[in-house]
Amino acid sequence: MKNIRLLLAAAAAVAVSMPSCKMKSTAAAVEGGAASKVYVAPGKYDEFYNFVSGGFNGQVSVYGLPSGRLLKIIPVFSVFPENGYGYSEETKAMLNTTQGQVPWDDQHHLELSQTNGEQDGRWLFANANNTPRVARIDLKTFKTAEILQLPNSAGNHSSPFITENTEYVVAGTRFSVPLGAEDVPISSFKKNFKSTASFIKVDSSTGHMSLAFQIVLPGMNLDLSHAGKGPSHDWFFFSSYNTEQAYTLLEVNASQKDKDYIVAVNWKKAEEYAKAGKGKKVPAEYAHNTFDEQKQLATSVMEKETLLLDPKDCPDMVYMIPCPKSPHGCDIDPTGEYIVGSGKLAALIPVFSFSKIMDAMQKKDFEGDFQGIPILKYQDVLHGEVQKPGLGPLHTEFDGRGNAYTSMFLSSEVVKWSLKDLKVLDRVPTYYSVGHLMIPGGDTKKPNGKYLVAYNKITKDRYLPTGPELAQSAQLYDISGDKMQLILDYPTVGEPHYGQACPAELIRDKQVKFYDITKNGNQYVTMGEKNVKVVRNGNRVDVYMTAIRSHLVPDNIEGVYVGDNVYFHVTNLEQDWDIPHGFAIKNNPNAELLIMPGETVTLKYTPLKQGIQPFYCTDFCSALHQEMSGYLRVSPKGSNVPLRYGTGETAPAPTAADTVAAK
Amino acid sequence: MKKLTKTGRISIPVVLLLLGALWLFPMWRIDLRAPQYPGGLTMQIWINDVKGDVPIINGLNHYIGMKTIKKEDFKEFVVLPVAMGVFAVLGIVVLLMGKKLPYYIWTGVFVVIAAYSFIDFYKWEYDYGHNLDPGAPIQVPGMAYQPPLIGYKQLLNFEVLSQPDVAGWCYIVSGIILASVAIYEWKKR
Repeated sequence: MKNIRLLLAAAAAVAVSMPSCKMKSTAAAVEGGAASKVYVAPGKYDEFYNFVSGGFNGQVSVYGLPSGRLLKIIPVFSVFPENGYGYSEETKAMLNTTQGQVPWDDQHHLELSQTNGEQDGRWLFANANNTPRVARIDLKTFKTAEILQLPNSAGNHSSPFITENTEYVVAGTRFSVPLGAEDVPISSFKKNFKSTASFIKVDSSTGHMSLAFQIVLPGMNLDLSHAGKGPSHDWFFFSSYNTEQAYTLLEVNASQKDKDYIVAVNWKKAEEYAKAGKGKKVPAEYAHNTFDEQKQLATSVMEKETLLLDPKDCPDMVYMIPCPKSPHGCDIDPTGEYIVGSGKLAALIPVFSFSKIMDAMQKKDFEGDFQGIPILKYQDVLHGEVQKPGLGPLHTEFDGRGNAYTSMFLSSEVVKWSLKDLKVLDRVPTYYSVGHLMIPGGDTKKPNGKYLVAYNKITKDRYLPTGPELAQSAQLYDISGDKMQLILDYPTVGEPHYGQACPAELIRDKQVKFYDITKNGNQYVTMGEKNVKVVRNGNRVDVYMTAIRSHLVPDNIEGVYVGDNVYFHVTNLEQDWDIPHGFAIKNNPNAELLIMPGETVTLKYTPLKQGIQPFYCTDFCSALHQEMSGYLRVSPKGSNVPLRYGTGETAPAPTAADTVAAK
Repeated sequence: MKKLTKTGRISIPVVLLLLGALWLFPMWRIDLRAPQYPGGLTMQIWINDVKGDVPIINGLNHYIGMKTIKKEDFKEFVVLPVAMGVFAVLGIVVLLMGKKLPYYIWTGVFVVIAAYSFIDFYKWEYDYGHNLDPGAPIQVPGMAYQPPLIGYKQLLNFEVLSQPDVAGWCYIVSGIILASVAIYEWKKR
């Protein structure tokens, strides 16, 4: 009986103490002083530009750090009705592929151009995962300047990573596919499916891209990559998974082997082999789209050929480094000596030593080969393993002070560890399921070790809920001290996969403020209001229109018939910063335009029904913006309304016929 | 007729050199500042041109119905260079003659050109500030937009500052030299 009483008392004690034994609250992680660290006062600029991939929205968004304020969305692989990208006659061709216009994509990774392993603020490269493409964005204008499609690739995932001087941008395929368009059974994967690593040459002065060569690798999934730097300058490293070469239920079948590979490619050698004619030129169709800033016109060229390099014909070009287990990130430290493979299913982080890799290659000390490619011995090339770092290591960046920071997808945290002794130094939670993380310049020779951004996959409870789908999330940490400190949550557009950031000074002062109208080389430019005209040619009507605060010329157009193809070529005559004009016409199923000062942009409109269609400026440009409008009269097909147009004194005057009609 | 002193003779090439600045630098500048123009706007008046942010200022003026400012509308840009050219030639003649009386006359011509320029500049500003398009979209009762001849003025949300620029200062210094030398010569009689 006494025992029972004791038991009851103990149970009561437990019950009473239960409510006080609270679980950790997710909101409690921010310490005092965080707000002042991210506060950017009105009129002050952010310290960094942060470029964030848009994932399934196909765009790139630009944020200021540390404030987390959204500055701009750059349409890259997706049409963008906001400014007519992909809709205007000038930009339509940017989205051309061998499959016609592909107006969307899945944009995963970004890379800022570098010189000597440091960011130079010239270009930003972006990949398209779905329809394999690589884009170059010009950071003077924040516009997409070029898009190159890639043949023999599917799931352009390990892309776009660059060499130290932006000599090459690489694009490794995620889904292995047969080369060309062979019709083969899927079950012949091992025999017929290949993965390719494409090397895109970047012209050092113009940035123009061209597909230099493609290295044909065994069928497997290339995941991420990074170029070497310093001593490892000549090398590129790609992580891989599914070296099991499974083609169904990969979730199980591609997770069987204890180790996959990091593929080490000597791109200098590859370049030499390509020059020496060791490659095989094969027919391949792919689109190359460029935006000519002078002509303000995108053009598409269909390329016909690619150069394939087979490792069999090119000794010492490709090696395999065993890496546990399904590595995702493949990250090179600022010195270029350490290669961090993040086996996303491994319970440790292997760190490889470049000098040991070189020794092993020299000694030809291999443990075998993978479809002809030599495999180095894991223990020979290992610098060491970070033990028990957390669950699901994905991606590592560096602070330039000898520390590495690895995102842990499964355990939702960032783990800081030392490259020297591989000891874990600190860990902080993320909210939740962090994918990539980013330190400004964290994958260059000179990281800026002040901030770290975690790009998270799930945001439960971080923001006001918005239905089943919640805001996408990034989190900013101060990493300047010994302990990492969460200082800001900021929502992002689209699903952020990876980001890049650089000091604002690298970019800010080089911005194009407006286009010099005297250099406007668009074939449909209208130089001044005196030169506006409307020209009919068959059922094509070209309207040469000008826009300036606060009117469009002409603002009265008659003599257009149902079914005509009307091209509005609108030239913005302004020559001042931040005075774009918009152009939209009622019922146009196409889009609208946003025309920068000094620019000419063309909108196609095909009226389907008769009626008066107002058109107007869509960007609030001046006190008289609402007045900046006009009318297009669309008459029935076959009617004989003459072509007339004008503004003010030259507006079409009533004719005798009009007067009669009105009566 | 008395000869010029050494000072008087030296002053002539100095003045001519200073006036040469009129072809190298702007004479006058009008600065405008408003919240929506964080960098400010500047109009620079040269001896034969008007430069700076004129297109932007013209863009603004369309709200209030001010005429478009354009170089072609100013006969001053032809007259003034000619006048200054003639004045320079006269200077050389005065130097060659080396006499006091021509120097006084030369100074007088300068004063006339300067006075006329200022009057003309004022009239020009008055005309632009007052002769507004009756159909202008924005009409503020009793409001005129004449910038100050020299100095500061608030025009609606714009702060306007009008002052000499590099060549203008050279011109002013020339005037001071001419006047002081003329007085000096008169006293040394």
